Amino acid sequence: MEIPYTVHPREDTGLYNAKLGIWLFLASEVMLFGALFSSYILLRVGAAPGAWPHGLLNIPIGTLNTLVLITSSVTVVMAWASLKMNQLSRFKIYQSLTVLFALIFVCIKSFEYHDKFTHYEVVLKDGKSMTGHIEGSPMFWNLTKLNANKIASITFTPDAAHGAPDAKSEGTAASSAHGEPTKIATSDILKLECFGPFHNTYLAIYFTLTALHALHVIGGAIVIAYILLTAGRWWKKNPEQLTNRVEVSGLFWHFVDLVWIFLFPVLYLL
Amino acid sequence: MQPTSHANHAATHHEHEHHELGFLQKYVFSTDHKVIGVQYAITALIFLFIGYSLMAMMRWQLAYPNQPIPLVGGLLEAALGQVAAEGKMSGDLYNAFGAMHGTIMVFLGIVPLAFAAFGNFVVPLQIGAPDMTFPRVNMASYQSFFVGGVIMLVSFFIPGGAAQAGWTSYSPLATVTPTAGQTWWIIGMVFLITSSLLGAVNFIATIIQLRAPGMTWMRLPFFVWAQFVTAFLLLLAFPPLEAAAVMQLMDKVAGTSFFLPTGLLISEKVAEISGGGSPLLWQHLFWFLGHPEVYVLILPAMGIVCEVLCNNSRKPIWGYKSLVYSSFAIGFLSFIVWAHHMYLTGMGTAISTFFQTTTMIISIPSVIILTVFFISLWGGSIRFNTPMLFTLAFLPMFGIGGLTGLPLGFNFSDIHLHDTYYVIGHFHYVVAPGTIFGLFAGIYYWFPKATGRMMSEFWGKVHFWLSLIFMNAIFMPMFHQGMGGMLRRMSDGGVNYSLAQNSDALGAMSDSLIKSNVHVSHAAWALGLAQIPFIINFFVSMWRGRKVTSDNPWDATTLEWQTPTPPPHGNFAKPITVHRGPYEYSVPGQKLDFTPQNQA
Ligand code: HEM
Ligand SMILES: [Cu+2]
Repeated sequence: MEIPYTVHPREDTGLYNAKLGIWLFLASEVMLFGALFSSYILLRVGAAPGAWPHGLLNIPIGTLNTLVLITSSVTVVMAWASLKMNQLSRFKIYQSLTVLFALIFVCIKSFEYHDKFTHYEVVLKDGKSMTGHIEGSPMFWNLTKLNANKIASITFTPDAAHGAPDAKSEGTAASSAHGEPTKIATSDILKLECFGPFHNTYLAIYFTLTALHALHVIGGAIVIAYILLTAGRWWKKNPEQLTNRVEVSGLFWHFVDLVWIFLFPVLYLL
Repeated sequence: MQPTSHANHAATHHEHEHHELGFLQKYVFSTDHKVIGVQYAITALIFLFIGYSLMAMMRWQLAYPNQPIPLVGGLLEAALGQVAAEGKMSGDLYNAFGAMHGTIMVFLGIVPLAFAAFGNFVVPLQIGAPDMTFPRVNMASYQSFFVGGVIMLVSFFIPGGAAQAGWTSYSPLATVTPTAGQTWWIIGMVFLITSSLLGAVNFIATIIQLRAPGMTWMRLPFFVWAQFVTAFLLLLAFPPLEAAAVMQLMDKVAGTSFFLPTGLLISEKVAEISGGGSPLLWQHLFWFLGHPEVYVLILPAMGIVCEVLCNNSRKPIWGYKSLVYSSFAIGFLSFIVWAHHMYLTGMGTAISTFFQTTTMIISIPSVIILTVFFISLWGGSIRFNTPMLFTLAFLPMFGIGGLTGLPLGFNFSDIHLHDTYYVIGHFHYVVAPGTIFGLFAGIYYWFPKATGRMMSEFWGKVHFWLSLIFMNAIFMPMFHQGMGGMLRRMSDGGVNYSLAQNSDALGAMSDSLIKSNVHVSHAAWALGLAQIPFIINFFVSMWRGRKVTSDNPWDATTLEWQTPTPPPHGNFAKPITVHRGPYEYSVPGQKLDFTPQNQA
């Protein structure tokens, strides 16, 4: 038994099966991310006046990542076009670049994550609060952890524009100027928390959206890499089908790119 | 992505696959749509039974509060421990069973049976296709469903037991319940959602791509249309619930506050959370799925009803295009009515007005569909066989369910009826004597195609009449109870509010209202017993039923009856071409009273 239209398009619909399949799948993905974006809007509109933080993320790094992803979308198209022009080796080069860019994207993203997990807000019992870094850059510390590990004090380097977490200059450890390190006794601390998803609603939606997006990047990269690795064999057996697979995986890749193009302004700029 | 490449792989693979398949490949890891359909059917029937059993135990607690459950009480205590101490059903256990009754019935019983099982088995046959477009994806869909089901079942036995916040899982309640059941529920749901998405993509692609030559859109049997719209509902409505599930999971395990407001009190202490979340957000996302979901539950049943009804009234359908366009209207409108479940949340009167309006509009296409069915019976020479009896009963039962929904769609009457047994009565009329009767009709109707044997007519009729009586005996009194003020989700059946015990309680109820719990429960158990003829009939007929003498025992017109019986892998013995519409019964000038679609 053979299923028709796996390779060649059906005349009246103009589509081969997998292409229709991926479009349908992407429709459901639009609804998935659409729901999360709507949630973002609802939470932001419902936030207490002035409570929504700004400037927590590093815009230059975000821009760089945007460029990386856009470039990978170009290489995906070039890879597909190379196959259409019967140039397998050029396809391989372009598609390897795609996978490489995907890796770079994920690396930069995890760097940003790490940056948030080592960045703290501390509230002291005298009511003072500041943001900054703990010496040794530990992740996910909080008061319970300090007490459980019997850590009597921390060495805290406040951010330059210290105080409110929405200060504009705030950025990564590398780029922002620092205040003087001070020692803070655990007994003086009321609350200690890094900028993880639990810190506020903005970070919650930031981490949820970007993590889900990153999963899509990783999943897409794995599929593209798999097709790349088996391309030689498929090229001999069924070049048209290989081209189709590259096209379909490319469509997915563009979608992942597109989601980021919405994510970037919404989370970094607005 | 991956699925697509798998499918391509599968297709080329099959060319070389002429050797015999082993048992595992043939029945367990099969990519044949018919086998997958049967797998879905059997699994879903088992889950329906489990869902029913949970309710049978809850009905004891409602009728005889805090008395040990006979027969199974000891077993429950042995399996679940403290929550069933002395064989009695505690409030926690009642909540868990209630939440899981809803979840299992909807997501593991009806949807898999109505959509996945019937759709898989019948749709490719009816459109003249050799299989689904993506056979491997199809298998993955079933496996994902299976895993989701197992996760839900296992969650009963973890410490603290299964989810307790209702099938709607409203936050903050669902988030702050201190047990892990809700986390399991969310993870199980993610698998079930994945399964539905894979299935939906496959169904739509199959119907668009694999129609046989000549099978134009307006020649599709209505069943195919119904599944087509259903697939779109699943495709587009489930992802928002998935998003919500991810956020609720984050709230549970990563300490976020998506659905937790600032200043939330847990056990009278202010919770240590960042706050700023919105409980209403969960409800919006849930009902954005929840409402389309009810059409997912009903549309496939309507599709079955249309097939059986035309076949047994020996008449063409009256108003085919009205049916098709109505189901599209339903599909579209069902995305903009969801907040009629939220009139009492304080979301505001302007929003309520919008959703009241859309809700009233969506009732129109439903009424059109029902009217088409009724008029189609007019002047037919009806054969009252078992599938037809279930079909005929579907019409008034769904009618009751639908009409009792109208007062719920209006803000002012819903204030009184919301969260009472009236609601329980309303939607059960839609899904139990409604959808389930449609599904029974389908089982009796397509059984001979799947097995080559007929089910017993006599036992079928016994099954039908008993089910009809007891279904009504269960759900009719609930309208009365609800209008009298009995709330749903009460683990004691309302005795706390009885006039006799507590005459000045706010919302006290007469004892006769509470007494009817006893009658309802007896009817519910009797309904269970009434399924025994069906179960025996099903299995006995499989091996010893009367053999069919032709491939088309019901003298039907649609393509699934033009295959060998049971259809082999690849379905049709020779290429098939379609020449006419789906319901050409009693066409003047033809020798027979039915003209198959592929007859030139
Ligand atoms: C056929 C036998 C059935 C009986 C006797 C039955 C009975 C009940 C009762 C009495 C309740 C209310 C429990 C309470 O509020 O405390 C309930 C809830 C519910 N039932 Fe059924 N039911 C049956 C079948 C079904 C089916 C086929 C579905 C499928 C869609 C279904 C879906 C639900 C849902 C979603 C709830 C709400 C659960 C919640 O409160 O979260 N039931 N059922
Ligand atoms: Cu609704």
